[in-house]
Amino acid sequence: MKPVTSIDTKPQMRIGVYVCHCGSNIAQTVNCPKVSETASGLEDVVISKHIAYACSEPGQQEIRDDIHEHGLERIVVASCSPRLHEPTFRQMMQSAGLNPYLLEMANLREQCSWVHLNEPDAATQKAEDLVNMAVSRARLLQPLEEEKLPLTKRTLVIGGGIAGIQTSLDLADNGYEVVLVEKNASIGGTMAQIDKTFPTMDCSI
Amino acid sequence: MTDVGRHPLIKLYTLSEIVDVKGYVGNFDVRILQKARYVSEEDCTACGDCAMACPVVRPDEFNLGLSSRKAIFTPFPQAVPSAYVVNINECLGHNPVVCAKCLEACEKGCINFHMSDDEIQESVGSIIVATGLEPYDPTELDEYGYTRFENVLTSLEFERLINAGGPTKGKLIRPTDRRLPKSVGFIQCVGSRSARKGSSYCSNTCCMNTIKSTLVLKEHYPDIDIKVFYIDIRAVGKGFEDLFMRSRRLGVHYLRGLPGNVEELPDHSMRVAVENTVTGRLEFFDLDMLVLALGMKPAKNTRRLQEMLGLQLTADGFFLEAHPKLQPVDAASRGIFYAGCAESPKDIKESVTQASAAAVRAIRLMHKGEIYTEPITSEIDPEKCTACGKCSEICPYNAITKGIRKKTPSVVNTAACAGCGTCAAECPYDAILMNHFTDDQINNQINSMLEKSSQEKILVFACNWCSYAGADYAGVSRLQYPSNVRIIRTMCSGRVDEKFIFNGFLNGAPVVLVSGCHIGDCHYIDANRWTEKRVKKIRKKIEKLGIRPERLQLEWISAAEGNRFAEIMGRMEKLRQGVSIQEISETIEILKNREEKSEAQ
Repeated sequence: MKPVTSIDTKPQMRIGVYVCHCGSNIAQTVNCPKVSETASGLEDVVISKHIAYACSEPGQQEIRDDIHEHGLERIVVASCSPRLHEPTFRQMMQSAGLNPYLLEMANLREQCSWVHLNEPDAATQKAEDLVNMAVSRARLLQPLEEEKLPLTKRTLVIGGGIAGIQTSLDLADNGYEVVLVEKNASIGGTMAQIDKTFPTMDCSI
Repeated sequence: MTDVGRHPLIKLYTLSEIVDVKGYVGNFDVRILQKARYVSEEDCTACGDCAMACPVVRPDEFNLGLSSRKAIFTPFPQAVPSAYVVNINECLGHNPVVCAKCLEACEKGCINFHMSDDEIQESVGSIIVATGLEPYDPTELDEYGYTRFENVLTSLEFERLINAGGPTKGKLIRPTDRRLPKSVGFIQCVGSRSARKGSSYCSNTCCMNTIKSTLVLKEHYPDIDIKVFYIDIRAVGKGFEDLFMRSRRLGVHYLRGLPGNVEELPDHSMRVAVENTVTGRLEFFDLDMLVLALGMKPAKNTRRLQEMLGLQLTADGFFLEAHPKLQPVDAASRGIFYAGCAESPKDIKESVTQASAAAVRAIRLMHKGEIYTEPITSEIDPEKCTACGKCSEICPYNAITKGIRKKTPSVVNTAACAGCGTCAAECPYDAILMNHFTDDQINNQINSMLEKSSQEKILVFACNWCSYAGADYAGVSRLQYPSNVRIIRTMCSGRVDEKFIFNGFLNGAPVVLVSGCHIGDCHYIDANRWTEKRVKKIRKKIEKLGIRPERLQLEWISAAEGNRFAEIMGRMEKLRQGVSIQEISETIEILKNREEKSEAQ
């Protein structure tokens, strides 16, 4: 992976902001139109929208179209936790021809609307802050390239109970080598101690 | 089971444990310790002549001590591998003067006392954790009398008693008089669903296991009287309700309420006192035998393995998946997957389902034969690096080669770099750039967060794997906490540079929280130890400058501790309320002076 180290010194960055309603998950607490409007006033933001479901295909298509139409260079998606949909939106970036690392997310669901259910005004204010923070970070994001590495086509399975046995056989039957490690003298685990098992009432070995 | 032993692509190591795992997704180096079996796996035909000759008699673990075995033995008849094994701690020794009877008995000469423990190295691309479960130990639940009364059995002991392959060949007997009991009682939720003793979660399988046992009993002994004491019967799987109804039709008496006390009567039967929560009356039952439906606990080695592989556990002690709904088989670390009870209590069908899913997830990762690494790695600026070696000393992955002197600066091996950013935070010369989490990017976030009404805000740094995930978990659980919290995500708490904290205070932050994984749980081996050291150092530094060190806090919050996250946010808010506007502006003044001084130098 060779990161592009040269700092982009372009005077103006073209940033797009998308505030997701997540149905009513975000929108019932956070005033999404207001957040998007506030964001449109931020430096470098050339387009700011609020959409029903950013992660849905129409939602992604809208962002992709905007990227092409408005020449967007950085994208801020204000929706759920990046731990959930960062991969989704990175793929969207890639398919729109942008480096996936030029995406920044603001967590308006898990860390805003859901934890301030009874304070819509404060939650909206917080959402505006989170988007502002995300935009200021997005401005400095740099494209990064993933590095391709060789991989060992073998799997270590730790534990030889019913789960370890099944997973080993599935892997091996698909042509993958398996190293199965069991701490006892025999595989079988707890399952081997049980004779008739529900729901079939037959032997499990 | 036998298919595993025969499969040409499966290498089976029994009597073995993982000692160490190094590397990363696609290329893990695993060290395995294999204990000596003292019997050749290839040659032994499991004829059993050795065990006949062995004079040492010990309780048989497989039958939970309900029968005996020798010091050289096979764990159970269908064992894989079928070769016998010597428990060397029980064996009298191979000196002919002492014993060596098995050596004489084995015609093929399979027994070899010179075998020694072996350390094996294996390279793999992915890991599946299928470490299973530990049955709950009911000794602490003394009211059921498991340690005091012989006719109180655990569900596993009972299983061996009605098992055709068990010590009684499936004939049910009462331990005290070896006669068929006329009545059997089952107590459900032993070690499960209890806030007091055992665990608070439902162990998922014990209801159905008891229903199964009642059906087996009724099939063999139609007149036997069976009572089941329960809180709820959870028969949620396919076909389960039918089994439950069949059991009731056969006359099994289900009584809602868990016994409060068990006494032994002179004839060794049990008197059970239970509040029937349907009738609201205290009722007494005399039963010949009592079975405790044990819950499941995580396997004993879970904690060690979790530390070795850098995984996370739930509050219950089972392995934590990457996402409870969308990635229930994946660990948060790429290339590691879960199967079976390691992740949560499961029955056989669910274990098999998850095991197949784990296999496919691993294949999905491996089938291309190559892997893309995340480019979130650090980079050294050769102009600024003085080759002091600090970074290569602290890097948890040994991914940095120390330079010799200024002209040959230190270098990051990006394939080994996992991206925690500790080096960038610790570099005394500011010579390390942490890609995707650069100083400027993070400082920009801090600045814009504190642009307006900074005195009202709580600045929180949270690591991606634990604390940030813990904050997400608080959200998923809809736990409410103060709305003035602003979280900045870094991959590891080790990334949180002294500069960020000073920048926060300089811009008017009343309080700052640095949060990460618990010590020992760090996703980057032990990078959070540097966080701990650094925060201590910064607190001393700010105290010297005249800033209250309490305004900088450090907390460890795991991905499963949503509750703890919300609670700590409440505490931070209290702390913030104790910081006056005057104090904040004094701090800003102090730090401005400090900056001017250092610029002057």
